[in-house]
Amino acid sequence: MTLFGYRVPMMASLLVWCAIWELVGHAGFLFLIPPLSSVLVAGVAMVQTGTWQSAALITLHSFVIGMALAIVVGVVLGVLMGRFKAVDELFSIWVNIFVSAPLSALVPVLMILFGMGETTVIVTVFLFAVWIIVLDTRAGIQHVPKSLIEMGRSYGASTFALYGKIVLLAALPEILAGIRLGLVRGVKGVVIGQLLVSIIGYGELFELYSRSFDMENFWALTIILFAAAMLMSAAVEHIEKKVEYYAGVR
Amino acid sequence: MTNSAAVIHSNVHPMPQAASDAAVEVRGICKKYNDVEALRMIDLDFPRGKLTTLLGPSGCGKTTLLKIIAGLIEPTSGEVRVNGRPVTGPGPERAFVFQDFALMPWATVMRNVAFGLELRGMGKAERQSIARKYIAEVGLAGFEDKYPHELSGGMRQRVGLARAFAVNADVLLLDEPFSAVDEQNRRKFQEDLLRLVEKERKTFIFVTHSIEEAVYVSDRIVLLSRRPGRVSQIIEPKIDRTASPDAIRRDQGYLDTVEEIWQGLKHYVD
Repeated sequence: MTLFGYRVPMMASLLVWCAIWELVGHAGFLFLIPPLSSVLVAGVAMVQTGTWQSAALITLHSFVIGMALAIVVGVVLGVLMGRFKAVDELFSIWVNIFVSAPLSALVPVLMILFGMGETTVIVTVFLFAVWIIVLDTRAGIQHVPKSLIEMGRSYGASTFALYGKIVLLAALPEILAGIRLGLVRGVKGVVIGQLLVSIIGYGELFELYSRSFDMENFWALTIILFAAAMLMSAAVEHIEKKVEYYAGVR
Repeated sequence: MTNSAAVIHSNVHPMPQAASDAAVEVRGICKKYNDVEALRMIDLDFPRGKLTTLLGPSGCGKTTLLKIIAGLIEPTSGEVRVNGRPVTGPGPERAFVFQDFALMPWATVMRNVAFGLELRGMGKAERQSIARKYIAEVGLAGFEDKYPHELSGGMRQRVGLARAFAVNADVLLLDEPFSAVDEQNRRKFQEDLLRLVEKERKTFIFVTHSIEEAVYVSDRIVLLSRRPGRVSQIIEPKIDRTASPDAIRRDQGYLDTVEEIWQGLKHYVD
């Protein structure tokens, strides 16, 4: 972008919004929005507290387990649906319902099934993330060129080699896109799970700060969470870009 | 199509000859896709060390027949024998060259060419030295570490050809290998193919819809009729291949054979 003939760097728009936030905060007509600078100060202090660190660890723990399950199950189910018509017909209706369903509404039911603890949060993360991974993997598998599979077969690939050396690699761009979208949904899942279910970890802190109108800490918490989600998404996007060069020429 | 089609200078056989040494024998192959009959009672012998072309209008099932020989498609009935053994699936004595190259875009030229050997569990050093030899053979020396998207269409198909040579199969099956290659490269490629046929002494089965290409490269041309595909004519072009490529393309025998086949196929064109 250029402005008045000068090249404006990429992050400039972010700075503009930060400045606006700061000004609105100082104007003080909305107590919900403290100045950004005091939010940042609160954030730096917060991450040093044991409360935040243990909350972050609990949250990360649930998130990692939930995501790992979602990726494994999502990729396996997506591959099966992409390769076998019967599996596709059996599951596609459920996958399509769940991928767009308001899953938050289901969380209370999960609570009955899995109790008030971490299990429910893990299941919530899993349910938020898994469907988009299934759908994208399935699409990727279906786009694997038929001739690549025939090539593998005609040069004597075992079923294992056919999937490991050809099919999964050919579908990798779509699988990664699914995982990236799944990660973002998984972050929503972990917070919603913790908020609705079992006031633990990050959810507990959100609850605490918003109830006591401790807006500095509340926003600091939010910014850290958003930044984490964006960083993860950017990391996967970086890998995606690396494999994209071949996706375009398949 | 009737067999009264002009018999000019080439030998026209109403039925395939029982070749004494056939690398591939096709016996009574029929193929139906649901209600559509793609191939009907195909009987053919493919002589060892020769290049036989399957030629016909689009939809005559020539690619289907090739894939049946490759073991990639099951025939509805009939049998294919390669070196006397019935085909039940793909096998190491056959190698396939694909119309769209079927290269792995994430792998280098080296890995693509060595892939058939990799699947057979050959060690890295050994398979790479074999692959390097065939990469040079098809004229791609120096491109070992390039990726397919960095190559032109013609060069990509050379990779496909090198991969097929590298597994040292007796029978090479080529499915319209030059159809996605531009005209100039295609001519050069045809010339190189002839040289490789001469050098490698393998049995080639070649599918094309280009009459000129078929006459230029083939020892034997099998004309298939439109759906259901049947063998309508077998032509053995009598062309002096020791002549230069340009001389062959101006040779009267070459031109007459092209014309003869065109006359035979003309009525299939809408």
